[in-house]
Amino acid sequence: MTEASTIAVGAETSAPSQGQDEARSLTSDAWRSLKRNPIFWVSVVLIVVFVLMAAWPSLFTNVDPNAAVLKEARQRPNGNAWFGRDIQGYDIYSRTIYGARASILVGVFASIVTVLIGGAMGVAAGYYGGWLDSVVSRITDIFFAIPLLLGGILLMATFPNTVDSPYLVVVGKVVLVLSLFGWPGLARLMRSSVLQVKPNDYVQAARALGASPWRIIRAHVLPNAVAPMIVVATINLGVFISVEATLSFLGIGLTPPAVSWGVAISDAIVALRTTPHILLFPSLFLSLTVLAFIMLGDAVRDAFDPKSR
Amino acid sequence: MAEAILTATDLVKYYPIKGGVLRRTVGNVKAVDGVSFELLKGETLGIVGESGCGKSTLGRLLMRLEEPTSGSVVFDGVDMYAQKGRAMRRLRRDIQIVFQDPYTSLNPRKTVGDIVGEPFDIHPDVVPKKGRRKAVQDLLDLVGLNPEHINRYPHQFSGGQRQRIGIARGIALNPKVLICDEPVSALDVSVQAQVVNLMEKLQDELGLSYIFIAHDLSVVRHISDRVGVMYLGKMAELGEEDEIYGRPTHPYTQALLSAVPVPDPTLRDKREQIVLKGDVPSPANPPSGCRFHTRCWKAQDKCKTDIPLLEPRPDGVAEHLSACHFAAPREIIETIDLTEIDPKAQTAGA
Repeated sequence: MTEASTIAVGAETSAPSQGQDEARSLTSDAWRSLKRNPIFWVSVVLIVVFVLMAAWPSLFTNVDPNAAVLKEARQRPNGNAWFGRDIQGYDIYSRTIYGARASILVGVFASIVTVLIGGAMGVAAGYYGGWLDSVVSRITDIFFAIPLLLGGILLMATFPNTVDSPYLVVVGKVVLVLSLFGWPGLARLMRSSVLQVKPNDYVQAARALGASPWRIIRAHVLPNAVAPMIVVATINLGVFISVEATLSFLGIGLTPPAVSWGVAISDAIVALRTTPHILLFPSLFLSLTVLAFIMLGDAVRDAFDPKSR
Repeated sequence: MAEAILTATDLVKYYPIKGGVLRRTVGNVKAVDGVSFELLKGETLGIVGESGCGKSTLGRLLMRLEEPTSGSVVFDGVDMYAQKGRAMRRLRRDIQIVFQDPYTSLNPRKTVGDIVGEPFDIHPDVVPKKGRRKAVQDLLDLVGLNPEHINRYPHQFSGGQRQRIGIARGIALNPKVLICDEPVSALDVSVQAQVVNLMEKLQDELGLSYIFIAHDLSVVRHISDRVGVMYLGKMAELGEEDEIYGRPTHPYTQALLSAVPVPDPTLRDKREQIVLKGDVPSPANPPSGCRFHTRCWKAQDKCKTDIPLLEPRPDGVAEHLSACHFAAPREIIETIDLTEIDPKAQTAGA
């Protein structure tokens, strides 16, 4: 019997070892399928371009976005001003490039803040359960009842910007408002994936070994529960950018001294019928950015979903 | 007789059923309801019973993954449920668990080295940091895996290999007791035999005591020195392996054994199968008196009112623990005599 079992053991251990012995985790599998996805690469290229624009706008243009040439106002696109000039005589190309910064800043920071708050709340509610779960779940329910845009309008109208508010304060305020209404969705998502991971035997095994709750969350729960939240946060980034533009369009998000796509769209509306190109370029860039983040989120979700493979 | 390493006394675990708007407790699921037994050093105690009889809850109570409603477990002279913090962590080194499902018991995002090495991370004083990789490879070697596969991920292994990884993690801290919660029931038969043989080999080499929870009577018979039969949260019968399989006195054990497939076709016709009527009653509302009386062909009025104690009752040759008012060996099983069938042949046929 022992002989038979040792032979069988040998057969069992040697069977899958043919070929490569490289370590392949779920993450590396996801990366392999991402690499083959053209949508992923399109969105990555777009995002890289927009992030470069936000960080170093001078790479793309050396025209001052605040230099108005009134006599050339409403000029159509030409060799001098590639995208034409708006009603104030600003260079639209330069304004569009500089406008990326506000959108990317708002989107990225609102996403980071919502991931941190929503993730922490979701893990706490899902892992510890009990009264903590009840409290967090009720709070998310309350926030869920308020639409993001309505909440944004309410808060921004209550605490309006003045003309001399510093740029970062204006951006920070929008980030704060978007985060305040954006985290409950992520918290709910995180709670449900933690609840899915928690009863797995590997979590129980870690408990049986005497691991601390912090260790279990860090080593076992988070790595297995975080993927859906990252995907939704990426898609949310696009949503936040469009909500920021909406608020700016309504005149309560970023306000005119700040250069942003929402402000530019708002300014262009008055001349929509005579000079539509003023509206076209900021809207196009805004749509492309939102689209890029949503496509990236979709691609990442497909890569992490084992059923799609 | 060897001394006891683990003594469970009157272990009870009720899960409250909450109902109504105010989430008041309206009842209890009596998963484990007064179970007592001893585990001796170096022995294997098999726990059998059908689904939902409280076997796994018992295992989780012994690991202190659940707190009991009442009762005590004395492990190696210390009261387990009285330990806190560091003392409890220290105690966990000596009692470990192997889970049923090899697909959920290993973290899919960790390499085998991380999984088997995790016990050393949690208890850093066991093996010095430099020696850990070597220690993990030795463990892999011990359970019959290739030590070079230390950087592989769980999904690159088969079910049987994964269960070996789970066993390696369980024995990493050199425990005294290993609780095996249906360790082979998710594996196919040929692999079951390999894993059971591995566990026997480890027991010989490391002097482990096992609590082997399973629903497969043949596997339990193969590995166990003593066997306990559970029904609806209570121990129905407890005795040496040949006492339980050779001359069971509890009607439930007799019914269970009569359902074990007999590999020899000539014996098959001679065997009378006991078919129980009805289903297992809900553990939220177990029958009064003897829990088995609703399905028992021997039941009388006494069974509905008096709870039969688990105490030594005559089995024809000597006596062993049984919880039946009318405990008696059953002739029909004796004439077939399962003990005469080669136990190895029986394991293979299961």
